[in-house]
Amino acid sequence: MATDDYVVMQNICKAFGKVTANHGVNFSVKKGEIHALLGENGSGKSTLMNILAGIYAQDSGTITINGKYVDINCPKDAIDLGIGMVHQHFKQVDVFTAAENIIGGHSRSLFIKKNKNCQKIETLCARFGFNLDPRKMTYRMSVSEKQTVEIVKALFRGATVLILDEPTAVLTPQETTTLFETLRNMRDESCSIIIITHKLNEVMDISDRVTVLRKGESLCTLNTVETTPEQLTELMVGHAVNLHIPFRKINEDKKAVKLEIQNLTVKAPDGKIKLDNISFSIKSHEIFGIAGIAGSGQKELCEAIAGLQTADAGRILLEGKELISLNPSERLGKGISIGFIPEDRLGMGLAGGLTIEENIVLKSYQAQKSFFMDHRASRKAAELLIEEYQVSASNTKQTVRSLSGGNIQKVLLGREISQNPTLLIAAYPVRGLDIAASHFIYNELNKQKERGVAILLIGEDLDVLTSLCDRIGVLHEGRLMGIIDAKSRTKEEIGWMMLGQKAEEHHAKSC
Amino acid sequence: MLRVVRRASMSLGKRAFLRIASILFALLLTGFILSILKYNSLQVYGEMVFGAVGSSYRIQETINKMIPLLIMGLGLSVCYRAQFMNIGAEGQFCMGVIGATYLIRLSGTSLGAMTIPVMMLFAVVFGGLWCLLPAFLKRFYGVSETLVTLMMNYIALKLVSYLQYSAWKDPKAYGFPKIANYPDEALLPKVFGIHIGWIIAISFVIIIYILLFRSKLGYEISVMGDNFETARYAGMKTTKILFSAALIGGGLCGLAGMIQASGIEKTMNDQISSGMGYTAIIVAYMSRLNPLALMVGSFLFAVLLQGGEYIQSSMRISSDIAEILQGMILLSILSSEFFTEYRVSTRKKADICSSHKTCSY
Repeated sequence: MATDDYVVMQNICKAFGKVTANHGVNFSVKKGEIHALLGENGSGKSTLMNILAGIYAQDSGTITINGKYVDINCPKDAIDLGIGMVHQHFKQVDVFTAAENIIGGHSRSLFIKKNKNCQKIETLCARFGFNLDPRKMTYRMSVSEKQTVEIVKALFRGATVLILDEPTAVLTPQETTTLFETLRNMRDESCSIIIITHKLNEVMDISDRVTVLRKGESLCTLNTVETTPEQLTELMVGHAVNLHIPFRKINEDKKAVKLEIQNLTVKAPDGKIKLDNISFSIKSHEIFGIAGIAGSGQKELCEAIAGLQTADAGRILLEGKELISLNPSERLGKGISIGFIPEDRLGMGLAGGLTIEENIVLKSYQAQKSFFMDHRASRKAAELLIEEYQVSASNTKQTVRSLSGGNIQKVLLGREISQNPTLLIAAYPVRGLDIAASHFIYNELNKQKERGVAILLIGEDLDVLTSLCDRIGVLHEGRLMGIIDAKSRTKEEIGWMMLGQKAEEHHAKSC
Repeated sequence: MLRVVRRASMSLGKRAFLRIASILFALLLTGFILSILKYNSLQVYGEMVFGAVGSSYRIQETINKMIPLLIMGLGLSVCYRAQFMNIGAEGQFCMGVIGATYLIRLSGTSLGAMTIPVMMLFAVVFGGLWCLLPAFLKRFYGVSETLVTLMMNYIALKLVSYLQYSAWKDPKAYGFPKIANYPDEALLPKVFGIHIGWIIAISFVIIIYILLFRSKLGYEISVMGDNFETARYAGMKTTKILFSAALIGGGLCGLAGMIQASGIEKTMNDQISSGMGYTAIIVAYMSRLNPLALMVGSFLFAVLLQGGEYIQSSMRISSDIAEILQGMILLSILSSEFFTEYRVSTRKKADICSSHKTCSY
């Protein structure tokens, strides 16, 4: 054990019911170090850090800080020990300013000394190189600004150990660069930074050391300079993995336009424009990707095509048939088949409290003539799907909620594909899945593409989008910034478009 | 240090044990109250059970009390499975009584043998429509059905009072505020000494069971109740499903009212519901919205009601004790749900000596 370790976690065990999230995990971080915590989804990274931040309490194991044993029972204990955590989902009050969100819950006195606090925040920002206006209202902020608020909040409370849970998942490449810049500044001020991630290139880019977790156990801690992405993946997954996402080129003359969207405009109930005059088309044998910062209109686009959101103007044509005035039940009647994998699978698309059987027949039961449900047929369909997609479930009567994320996604994808859709909409289909499950989904999308399905893929990882898609449309605040050939552009160029820059004229024309 | 930890799923046997344990716990707590009042709690409980099932007459009385609880519990289960939080069983029950009585006033004895079926139809329609209004307001204006159904209970109850005291008052009752008794054609016949409400109730247990677990509508209700967005996504006609659940729920509560009026009271009066619509909510939840479990749940609560009435006369204890017991049972069953999800444990300090693993690379 190195002597200069500042925080040391030893033999940490934590179980949630039957699931063991951490099993004898050892982890340590030094002062003035950026330490990456690497592992697949469900490997126990977040659990371990939530224990350090006082959100969970470990079942057994010890934590020492600066050589002293500490007992962290609640977030306040952690804050008092100088541990701050930036969660994936920010907890902020929308109608407060940045400063109010930062000092909220911290001030011990009856009155809030606003100006003094603002000054203090500005000094903090200047010291670490944050670009933040403490008087800006939270609802006017971009995701990356909100993240900055969270980081400053932790520093304001005196954090010397900062934990960041997947900080780059919501950022563009440019914003990631800025974030990493400030993190390096903080390291030089002798802060300890722990960054939870499963993106290898980021680990290589920013961290000094990396600890790999697999299935709840800490495998090892390595110096980043002495390792390679291949080695890390192998440690993470347990066997060598081909990280390459295959792209299947299909002859242009086989393709035919399936979906056509013309001047689509969608407004939110409060009149805010969510999609502004969007036009594009998707052909058969094609994966059309949509890139964009979260909340740029992706959800509205998917739901408008799926008939769950009313469009205010424009046309949506599937094989020449107008869809815009048809709700989902009318579409079923007309035999229009669109597969839709929504972004929040348990929020829409599946009924988590019901069984696999019951979820499998969600889209097909209406075709049955009888007043009664054909339970035998649903069981058969469920068994078939479990076999075909290797869903790990004990039986077909298991509730969907009790399955793991990857298996939930397999159930949903399998059901949608079994409907033989003309168009498949997949919104963030690999969100929360491990590498193996993600590759399973990619392959499945490629298979559907070869079968001639038109696929609309909403993605967040630009590496994945550029390798899987034929063409990519970039959304920014509800406007389509341009449609580009996925193979001819760099990630940085797409990043600039996500931030609102138009694609150059000649490129837009060529696509 | 004590901590609360999420537990792995619980076996069915353990769940049943937990239920029984929590009922015993409620008996213990109420026993404590009884002992403060200087009663022998074992004797009180013994008398209650004796009063409820001690003789064939008492069993009949208990079943009489069970019938409306069971039918309303069935109706409420349909509503709750659709996430339609109907707490208006009391009002829908009253509207059923009004509907049935209205038919008698319209037709008198002219319908003959058809009187009872048409009364039932009226009761179902009145109760169903009374429940459809809050569903309509929820669907199109986003009004909370919990509040509307609750408020409409008072309207229905006061409407019964109004009819009893003025509009429908029997002129031949020497100024008594009462409504004329139903003619014989409108009284439910008896089978095995109990009015045929029990046969109707059991038929509906089967019908609702099939509806919920075998039919398409039941499937749609459970999908919509679990996740409204998913129901919309699957192209279900959510408005139709919501309204169907409300109509079935309200209709059954109305039917329970008609059965009570025709089988027990033989007329309409403002005491007829006596809070059974609220008890039915407890019964429905205690039985986990399952029609078969409802048979047990409604019987248990009928024993409580009947036993409570009995100790009032035999031991001169207020029947409020039975109500306290009801409340205690509900509280302890609801609190025991916590233990199906979590367990309480203490944290163990592990040995500290094992060192940080280092990698072989």
